Amino acid sequence: MTAKAKKNDGTLCVSIKDDMTIYNAASLKETLLGYCQPGTHELQLDLSAVTEIDSAGLQLLLLLKTEAQQRGFTLRLLRHSEAVIEVFELLKLSMYFGDPIVIPANWKKS
Amino acid sequence: MSDINPALETFSQEVDELLTAMEEALLGLEAMPDDADCINSIFRAMHTIKGSSGLFGFDDVVAFTHEVETVLDQVRNGERTIDAELIAVLLACQDHTARIIQHVLCNENEPLPEELQQQGQALIVQLTGELTVTGGMPSTQQEKTGHFEVDANTTDSRDNWVISLTFKQNALRNGMDPLSFIRYLQTLGKIIEVIITMPTIPRIEDMNPEDCYLNFKIAFNSSTDKKTIEDVFEFAEDDCNIHILPPNSRQEHYLLLLANLPEDQVKRLGEMLVEIGALTEKEVVNILNEQHDNNNNDDEPKPLGEMLIAKNILQQPIIEQALKKQEAVKQKINKESNYIRVDAAKLGYLINLVGELVISGAAMRLMVDKHGLSDVDDVASTMSHLVEDIRDTALQLRMVQIGETFMRFQRVVHDVSKELGKQIQLQITGGESELDKTVVEKINDPLTHLVRNSLDHGIETPAVRLQAGKPEKGTIQLNAYHDSGRIVIQVSDDGQGLDPEKIVAKAIAKGLIKPDQALSNSEIYNLIFEPGLSTKEEANNLSGRGVGMDVVRRNIESLRGSVSVDSELGLGTTVTIHLPLTLAIIDGFMVEAQKERYIIPLSMVEECVEMSADEWQIDDVQHYVNLRGQILPYLRLGDFFHKNKKHTPVQRESLVVVRFGEAKAGFVVDELHGENQTVIKPLGKLFENLNGIGGATVLGSGDVALILDVQGLIQHAKKRVNPTLALSSAI
Repeated sequence: MTAKAKKNDGTLCVSIKDDMTIYNAASLKETLLGYCQPGTHELQLDLSAVTEIDSAGLQLLLLLKTEAQQRGFTLRLLRHSEAVIEVFELLKLSMYFGDPIVIPANWKKS
Repeated sequence: MSDINPALETFSQEVDELLTAMEEALLGLEAMPDDADCINSIFRAMHTIKGSSGLFGFDDVVAFTHEVETVLDQVRNGERTIDAELIAVLLACQDHTARIIQHVLCNENEPLPEELQQQGQALIVQLTGELTVTGGMPSTQQEKTGHFEVDANTTDSRDNWVISLTFKQNALRNGMDPLSFIRYLQTLGKIIEVIITMPTIPRIEDMNPEDCYLNFKIAFNSSTDKKTIEDVFEFAEDDCNIHILPPNSRQEHYLLLLANLPEDQVKRLGEMLVEIGALTEKEVVNILNEQHDNNNNDDEPKPLGEMLIAKNILQQPIIEQALKKQEAVKQKINKESNYIRVDAAKLGYLINLVGELVISGAAMRLMVDKHGLSDVDDVASTMSHLVEDIRDTALQLRMVQIGETFMRFQRVVHDVSKELGKQIQLQITGGESELDKTVVEKINDPLTHLVRNSLDHGIETPAVRLQAGKPEKGTIQLNAYHDSGRIVIQVSDDGQGLDPEKIVAKAIAKGLIKPDQALSNSEIYNLIFEPGLSTKEEANNLSGRGVGMDVVRRNIESLRGSVSVDSELGLGTTVTIHLPLTLAIIDGFMVEAQKERYIIPLSMVEECVEMSADEWQIDDVQHYVNLRGQILPYLRLGDFFHKNKKHTPVQRESLVVVRFGEAKAGFVVDELHGENQTVIKPLGKLFENLNGIGGATVLGSGDVALILDVQGLIQHAKKRVNPTLALSSAI
């Protein structure tokens, strides 16, 4: 699990460099929990490197969204990877997260 | 309309009369608006129709007539005045009642057509000035739709399946990925809406990322059936609670399928719903298990339909329709079973054919055995089994319950007891015992005679009964039961019983017995079956002329039956009739004596033992054997039927012990051939009075075997021995 964090006046930008599956859900959760510190206004998750996401990963994202609302910071999902878009499409979740999804030109060609 | 139920027939006639009366009364009211009799008559008509319709469950009629009745009640109580207008409306109501009754009589279980419903509504409005809902169906329909939408949590769920997935905590750990199921679901149709809920939302600190917190509710548009959708989640079964609610458009489909279900047998609700695909077998098993579990806790198990609705597995209209269908099938089957009528001659022909089939089956068997065709053997035995089954079923067809015959005597008892000034009730037991139709027909006359005897001679007048300390009301009992392949019919009364002294005196006077003859009580009682003996001093139109009991006995004996009487002076008399169940085919036991084959009805065979002097004491002179201490007369069949032939001693003789009622005897035969399906062929007129032979049968080989008249032979064997004498000479 590699996630890179950059700090910039309360906005935290994290790039998730791994799959979001049951296999690394435990460590992913710890990492994400680590970002939910007081003082964070906005948590940006870069999902471009997520090649695989399953229910456990999705569950974490959903929880994080709820958590963000409760703690009063914004959760933004950026640069959704194809895998993430596919799941969001499947479950009609894009509205729920409310983040703009950029569909790459070569979508579903690979 | 031809198969209309007699009760309905009466109902329809009654309604006709009532409506005619109502019409007359209404027309009379026009002339005299205050005639109380007319108003009462109209009220009574509506009231009675309402009541009778309620009995038959014609709810539409009840609903309508109730409204009319209410108005009429007001008129009757002076709360409303009757005028020409009201009379006109009431006349229309009368016509309408006739129409809806006509409808319900012709189309049972079908709702009223729209036109009639509207007419009824309009009439009620005219009558009462207010709108009353008679049907009730449309409102429930709306309710259900609303109910469904609330549950589905979706905006447009009418045409969508609603699939609820509740995953258990360990689902992810067990390798389930809910997403993959949903992905697969996509291949079957279009996912319209997904709602993800997390019923227990933990704080992110407390959550275990490997637990599953997700529940899904999916609106799914697809034309596949429930089973296919359920199969998608087959692997998730253990880790997930799955509910699949069919779309409303499916509902109509299901209702249609329900309507088209074959009505050949009554099915359980679950079976019906699985058959139309509204329910899957898994769901049924689950819900039944749950029902069973609840049953252990609570006292009252909930009906399956209610549980299905409560659990939101199926919509109410489907369940209702299924239950209605079930009820309709039940009724239809009942009706049908009451109304299958077959020409008796056709049945007789069938039985004859079956008889021939049995014989040729036996012939084939013989050939197979003779030529040792082992490969044909299997086929042959399968066929024999089938033939046996056909035989039994064919005979069953002719079996009728004796109850109907018994019921006829209710009327006889009723009429005769009135005529005689006696109080008599008839008790019937064992009416469900079955016997051959031809036997039933032939037993009717003797039974009538016996019942009349009981009514006339048996039961005393109320005054005499009270004097004797018996209840005023006498009782005659008709009882039937099966006993070792025969049917036993008893006619008993709690009357004065037979007086042995009177019978003996009469018998001596008639010269039937000698004055010094010593007879046992049962022998005396059975004298009443002798011709010309009546204990009644005076003959009347019912009985007492001394003809009858002998005819009764002759009739019964011609059916290969027997009759006996038992009585206790002052307490009552019981006449017992033993009859064979059928006259056509019996299970026989074949024996051989002097190269001649004989059939003994198998039900009368008690046992077969070796006839050896080493084992039993045998008295050869008196023809008596001491079988385990039992005095048993015996008859050498060979000697009996071939008196002139010299007896050729055989190495091993067998003794067949037969029983008829209480009497027993032994037949000594040379060989035992075992069981045989025996088709009884009556002997010609010429041989009718042959002693000891009841009929003949054709064997598979084409030979003829004689069927023994066991009853006659036992009597014959008994006559030949004097037990006391035999005993002394044997010892």
